[in-house]
Amino acid sequence: MAEQSVSIYRSMKDLPSTHLLGTGTPMCAGCGGLEALNQLYDIIGEKSVFVNAAGCMTLLSVYPFTPFRGSWLYTAMASAPAGAQGVRDALDILIQKKRMNPDDDMQVVVLTGDGSAYGMGLSATSAAMERELNFLYICYDNEGYGNTGQQFSAATPHGAKTATSTGSAGYPGYKKDLFAIWAAHKPAYVATIVGAEPVDLARKIEKAMSMKGPRMLIALSPCPTGWDFDPKETVAIGKLAVKTGVWPLKEYVDGQVQHTKVPRERRPVEDYLELQGRYRHLFEPEKNVRLISEIQKRVDDYWSNVED
Amino acid sequence: MTRSLLTGNGAAAWGARLALSDYVPAFPITPQTEIIEKISRWTERGEMDARMVTMESEHSMITAAASAAASGIRVFSATSSQGLLYGMEMLYTVSGWRAPFVLVNVSRGLASPITLEPDHNDIMAARDCGFLQIHCATCQEVLDSTLMAYRLAEDQSIRLPVIVNMDGFYLSFTREPVEIPQAEKAADFVGEYDPQNIRFRASSPVSQAVAVLGGAPYSYFRYESHIAAQNGIAVYDQLRVEFAETFGRDYPAIESYCCEDADIVIVMLGSFATKAQVAVDQLRKTGVKVGLLRPRLLRPFPAALFRELLSGKSGVAVVDQNISMGLGGVLHTELAGALYGQADAPRQLLSFIGGLGGRDITLEEFFEIVSVTQNAVAQQKTPPPRLLYTEQEMREMRKLQAAASVERNELNNSGAETNG
Ligand SMILES: Cc1ncc(C[n+]2csc(CCOP(=O)(O)OP(=O)(O)O)c2C)c(N)n1
Ligand code: SF4
Repeated sequence: MAEQSVSIYRSMKDLPSTHLLGTGTPMCAGCGGLEALNQLYDIIGEKSVFVNAAGCMTLLSVYPFTPFRGSWLYTAMASAPAGAQGVRDALDILIQKKRMNPDDDMQVVVLTGDGSAYGMGLSATSAAMERELNFLYICYDNEGYGNTGQQFSAATPHGAKTATSTGSAGYPGYKKDLFAIWAAHKPAYVATIVGAEPVDLARKIEKAMSMKGPRMLIALSPCPTGWDFDPKETVAIGKLAVKTGVWPLKEYVDGQVQHTKVPRERRPVEDYLELQGRYRHLFEPEKNVRLISEIQKRVDDYWSNVED
Repeated sequence: MTRSLLTGNGAAAWGARLALSDYVPAFPITPQTEIIEKISRWTERGEMDARMVTMESEHSMITAAASAAASGIRVFSATSSQGLLYGMEMLYTVSGWRAPFVLVNVSRGLASPITLEPDHNDIMAARDCGFLQIHCATCQEVLDSTLMAYRLAEDQSIRLPVIVNMDGFYLSFTREPVEIPQAEKAADFVGEYDPQNIRFRASSPVSQAVAVLGGAPYSYFRYESHIAAQNGIAVYDQLRVEFAETFGRDYPAIESYCCEDADIVIVMLGSFATKAQVAVDQLRKTGVKVGLLRPRLLRPFPAALFRELLSGKSGVAVVDQNISMGLGGVLHTELAGALYGQADAPRQLLSFIGGLGGRDITLEEFFEIVSVTQNAVAQQKTPPPRLLYTEQEMREMRKLQAAASVERNELNNSGAETNG
């Protein structure tokens, strides 16, 4: 595609080799959300203010430490987009009234988990898009209320075990299609990303940074603690999410949805599921073929509707 | 000196305009809506150099207001009742950001049952949130208090948001002659907004509202806000003098009416206190030594001033326009806390609850309140808190209940017939 050919990120070697985000945060080892944030922050840069909702990432900035070179504002679980509205409007007013040097302007970035993005904060997010707020939204999607111990959220996939879906069938509901919900608002940009695909991620944040208006990113965030896997598997699981087709990488621009990485020969979903403790009940004590096929079928159905 | 006929809502909007507010996040709710409608007309026509944004809830509205204040601009917002409670999480949250702004609350009773008419349960629910509170009894006071509120909020030693409270309908929709201060004079009084170190700039990054680990840093920041709120007493007193010198209207932290030689004192908040004032006038004519105290400043709580003003009085009747279920009147307990153990404290402190959901408090009821208080003093025995309600009201209520049960029976009977 034309716009992708102008990207400065064509391969891994084009990505920044040193990171802007400080180390030593209290996030769990192997946190897929932090992995994505680390890469995003390199490109967003320090001229930014992160407006955060309650969740794991809230503990990034604990008095008196922060890994951010730029600014930070913690709000509450439901209203980070409203916080972004206040900050963005204030900066615009200050520039317009010549009370602030335009060089002091910043990228306003909302950072929330899926619990906030898919649920409690959805009304505030919808309204921010309606008002065409000029902001970036990063949802790190660990598919549950991570900070409170991984209870299921509206982002939890069908069949997954969480602290509040411990039966043999796992979570009975289905993961909400936030990408479609966001895209229905016709914002400037919506994309799905995952830290395990850094070039795709870099191109998307680069594109988002070149635009104005609501720019919305959902980062699938493999979560060793909540999904129950060895922290060293974070990247592998992220890659498998893409290769099995469970996590489609796509973007929405100008009314069009494009898949940015179509897995030609999709690996069976089992490969992705069996690495994670939250799906162990699908394999032990005996294999739950019906549920695994159901999950496979939903993935197949999705891709059968995707035009090449 | 020109006076215009303004509603309380209109006066609040003028306060926001004259204080040169930069930003007004809003959300409609009766009886506050007129404030934001007026401001939106002004901003659309360029008569007020502010940006208004309609949020999707009060929770978001208060978040946006405080976030903008934390970015370094002057902010105004307004709400009422259910809206104030919908935003309650953020009231508590943002006061700790130490980013000053002004919020007008138009008091209205809370559901259930749902009503549009005024009482103070909404604002009392916000009493511990960290916002300072100024309570008004006239439309002029609403305008003037809004200007004073910015000074209070932005004071170096305070840096907390302030709520200016007025009663729905009685003030919000009632037109009174109001002197609208000259724009330059008001701007001079309020001064330019100085965000100090609370602002976002690319060249000087800050982390605001960060988490803490452990009770010690948590307590530290909570105590700091409390101490800042308490500084409000001294700051308010200076401000009041400056305001009086500039505009010729004096607003003490507690307005005292006929108290100096009074034996019995009524204590009340807000516009209903003007009803009590009429009762005081009448009783004075018959020789009863009664007075009235109306706190304007509720947070910080002017405890020392209350002690001073009530020292040596024989009886105090607190009329609460709110009800804490299972306890009674909130102001009554606050006053009891302030007076307990003081050598010259009034021996009798009585509690009355009235004016809920806009229910009137009549002159006769005030007479009764005073007489019950006199009796308590004479007998040195405090009666239990009294819920004001007349026999007439009870009869009307019984009629409504009877009508309701007739309706219910008819429905049931017709249902039985069709089923049968
Ligand atoms: C109003 C409110 N309700 C509940 C909570 C408790 N809480 C804190 S974090 C959290 C989970 C947030 O989940 P998510 O947005 O997915 O972020 P994660 O914890 O996974 O990082 C919850 C429920 C809260 N902080 N505020
Ligand atoms: S619980 Fe999951 S999302 Fe939260 S910090 Fe740990 S790994 Fe990251």
